[in-house]
Amino acid sequence: MSTTKKTLGRRSFIKNVSLAGGGLVIGFNYLVSCKETPEAKALGMEMPKEWFELNGFLKIGDNGVVTIMSPNPEIGQNVKTSMPMLVAEELDVDWANVIVEQAPLNTDIFTRQLAGGSQSIRAGWEPLRTAGATAREMLKQAAANTWQVPVSEIETKEGFIIHTASDKKVGFGEMASIAAKLEVPENVTLKEKSNFSIIGTSRKNVDGKKIVTGQPLFGLDTQREGMKIAMIVQPPAFGMQLTSINDAEIKQMPGITDVLIIDSYTEDQKLSYFDQAAFTKLAVVVGDTTWQVMQAKKALKAEWELAPEISREMNIFGRTSTVNRPAGLENTSEHIKMMQEIGVDKATLARKDGNPEKAFKNADRVIERSYSCPFLAHNTMEPMNFFANVTENRAELEGPVQTPEIMEKSVSERLGIPLENIDIMMTRMGGGFGRRLYGHFLVEAAVISKEINAPVKLVYTREDDMTNGVYRPAYHATYKAALDANNNLIGFHVIAGGIPESPLAANRFPAGAIDNYLAETWEVPSNITTGAFRAPRSNFIAGAEQSFLDELAEEMGKDPIDLRLELLEKAKNNPVGENNDYDASRYIGVLELVRKTSNWDTSTSKNRGVSAYFCHNSYVAQVLDLEMKGNQPKVKDVYCAVDCGIVVNPDAATNLVEGGIVDGIGHAMYSAITFKEGKPEQKNFDTYRLIRHNEAPEKIVVDFVQSDTDPTGLGEPPFPPIMGAVANALYKATGKRHYHQPFMASQELKG
Amino acid sequence: MATYNLKVNGKKHQVDVEESTPLLWVLRDHLGLVGTKFGCGIAQCGACTVHIDGDAARSCITPVSVAADYAITTIEGISENGDHPVQEAWLEHDVPQCGYCQAGQIMSATALLKKNSSPSDSDIDDAMSGNICRCGTYTRIKKAIKTASNQNLS
Repeated sequence: MSTTKKTLGRRSFIKNVSLAGGGLVIGFNYLVSCKETPEAKALGMEMPKEWFELNGFLKIGDNGVVTIMSPNPEIGQNVKTSMPMLVAEELDVDWANVIVEQAPLNTDIFTRQLAGGSQSIRAGWEPLRTAGATAREMLKQAAANTWQVPVSEIETKEGFIIHTASDKKVGFGEMASIAAKLEVPENVTLKEKSNFSIIGTSRKNVDGKKIVTGQPLFGLDTQREGMKIAMIVQPPAFGMQLTSINDAEIKQMPGITDVLIIDSYTEDQKLSYFDQAAFTKLAVVVGDTTWQVMQAKKALKAEWELAPEISREMNIFGRTSTVNRPAGLENTSEHIKMMQEIGVDKATLARKDGNPEKAFKNADRVIERSYSCPFLAHNTMEPMNFFANVTENRAELEGPVQTPEIMEKSVSERLGIPLENIDIMMTRMGGGFGRRLYGHFLVEAAVISKEINAPVKLVYTREDDMTNGVYRPAYHATYKAALDANNNLIGFHVIAGGIPESPLAANRFPAGAIDNYLAETWEVPSNITTGAFRAPRSNFIAGAEQSFLDELAEEMGKDPIDLRLELLEKAKNNPVGENNDYDASRYIGVLELVRKTSNWDTSTSKNRGVSAYFCHNSYVAQVLDLEMKGNQPKVKDVYCAVDCGIVVNPDAATNLVEGGIVDGIGHAMYSAITFKEGKPEQKNFDTYRLIRHNEAPEKIVVDFVQSDTDPTGLGEPPFPPIMGAVANALYKATGKRHYHQPFMASQELKG
Repeated sequence: MATYNLKVNGKKHQVDVEESTPLLWVLRDHLGLVGTKFGCGIAQCGACTVHIDGDAARSCITPVSVAADYAITTIEGISENGDHPVQEAWLEHDVPQCGYCQAGQIMSATALLKKNSSPSDSDIDDAMSGNICRCGTYTRIKKAIKTASNQNLS
């Protein structure tokens, strides 16, 4: 055992509550990991302290069964399994005796819950283990007191408390009620990593059986006595707003009980970043069954008008900023033209090392390439939905949301209901990918319930969901490299921007590896709403940068992995500039590992692309093989090396990496949202192309760097680099460089 | 409104709905069988897949009036105790991430294996490409189908 001192003061941290029926309940939240991370800084996101906090508790029944509450929302990233594993490890319980339950928000025990940014495991690493260890120490103390032996002589193993000298052994359950009466220890010791018996071993998804048998788990599955179904009708285009509806006519339709117009947010309401909604004045149809409401929604006739420019103050991670949405109906063709032209005029300096102007002036050759990507819709398979039952001064809400605590405040602000009278239960989410950070649909459900005075489930159709904004922004980047007569890289220049935000991470690789380096950034406002989409900004800039490095390696006559390693060796041994936001050694580590696992040096595969990237505190390198079948690429094998520190649940982690790779290949090749006169041109999966079974890789090999480093992010890091690997392999297979996503823009759709 | 007699998972049900109502919403709203999922409403994602007389069908575009004469099986009905070989293979490979599409995937896979107990990669691609998994679990689904293949599928 290590003797790490834990800074878990009783007052701020541990709450010991005796249950009426005996047993031990420990409430824990984690305030220890709330510091702003370099990652958050690099992303331009100053995380609120609350971001990394959560509550949970564990119950030990007198039969020895342990219930571990899973505090974070589960969006498919496996936290409902892997976070309780951290508690169970230190508790020393047999995992087979653990029941995991989703913790709700806002009960008497919980005060704060939030999740996001691939930070759940990283932020929970110490606090969750400490919560387990604290309970373990109390159980040991209870046994020591009962047996009249020193606590130092007591051990725990797989749910038992053991005193070898006197040959005593009892289950946790037998000591739970005694332990519950003890003082919570101020300091506890955590296990040595070498003694882990749960962390680092694969444990099945705790909801697996429920999923494969179709049990109700998701928000859309919520059913309540007297519950109505509600659907919204939103403007057909960004830049438009609602004026009137033919409500009298629609109210006559079968099963329809209410037709109304709501303001989901009021004009003077304080908004947070996560309150952004494309449309706040909505027509709403309410009725008895989903199909009846769908029919009425189709029949509803609404009048629309052009919306004015909107300027509103929003609390963005603790700072009040003014967010502007210009008036007008935007077009993708104009966006593309703007992105190609604006960088040169409007870019502002983000980082400069050495004398890049001189390097480019003295260059023997300058290579310049531009890259772009379109807006993307998150398209979680479960469309946005939420249940709400709002009565006079109380609100009960249930459904899929990544930011329950923030949205609770929004409901409180909007309806004037005190926070303590609002309950939110999180359901398992049919995908998140960042979309459900923006919980306006929860507020909409609450407002509808209040207006109609009945419990209601708001359901978005796929078309509502796909045309409702909060998209991945459209991005553009131009890279320039200066080479001298001997093919040495003497200067590097990136100008990156987007609508409405820039993807640039100026301090990431290759910053720090090149003497003369210049990074510039620009942004153009839009009334098309955008938000975080799996690995925000990285999800474009990684692919662009890694494609450019591939082309550069070819121009320089170098192996693409060798070029990256040379640059990283320089960044490691003799870094240029300040604030380089990556650890070159770990970058090198994943590249060397993938070089080995993919047999890079000896493979006869011809159409291979390599890519590597760092984000969310983790390092990923990938090699992708493909072949062309006619004009269709077919991905064969993908090799992936990941350094995310200690891997808590290896098989689930592998699954997540595989998913990120498939997801990245799909979005790079096939997906886009485009606009004509403000209208999204894709509204459902007949026109919005997502990757399908027949387009998935034949084989994905995932290897994790063996590490003693505390865990870092995993949900997002495997996603961005694969887009570069796809582009680089496509070049090998077709002889043509692919600069603009989606690479297979006009392929046939398959339903 | 009309009355329809449905046979779902071996049980008879009577529902009073409009004839255009898709089977999906009858299952979910009227019979409380919410394992069958809503994803797109236009038969493009496969989340709503059920069996109609043993064949995989998209319940979101199948009107109740058409389905009424046939035996319907949903995810809740493919095994008594959740121990169908396909369900077990799904657990063995720990396939689900978010899990939302998996009922539809399993229904497509069981329909495939009933007809073809030893499908090739391309048979699997053909049978499964109508089912989207946004989390990207396709390679695991393929492995699970292969694990379940050549077993005695009821």
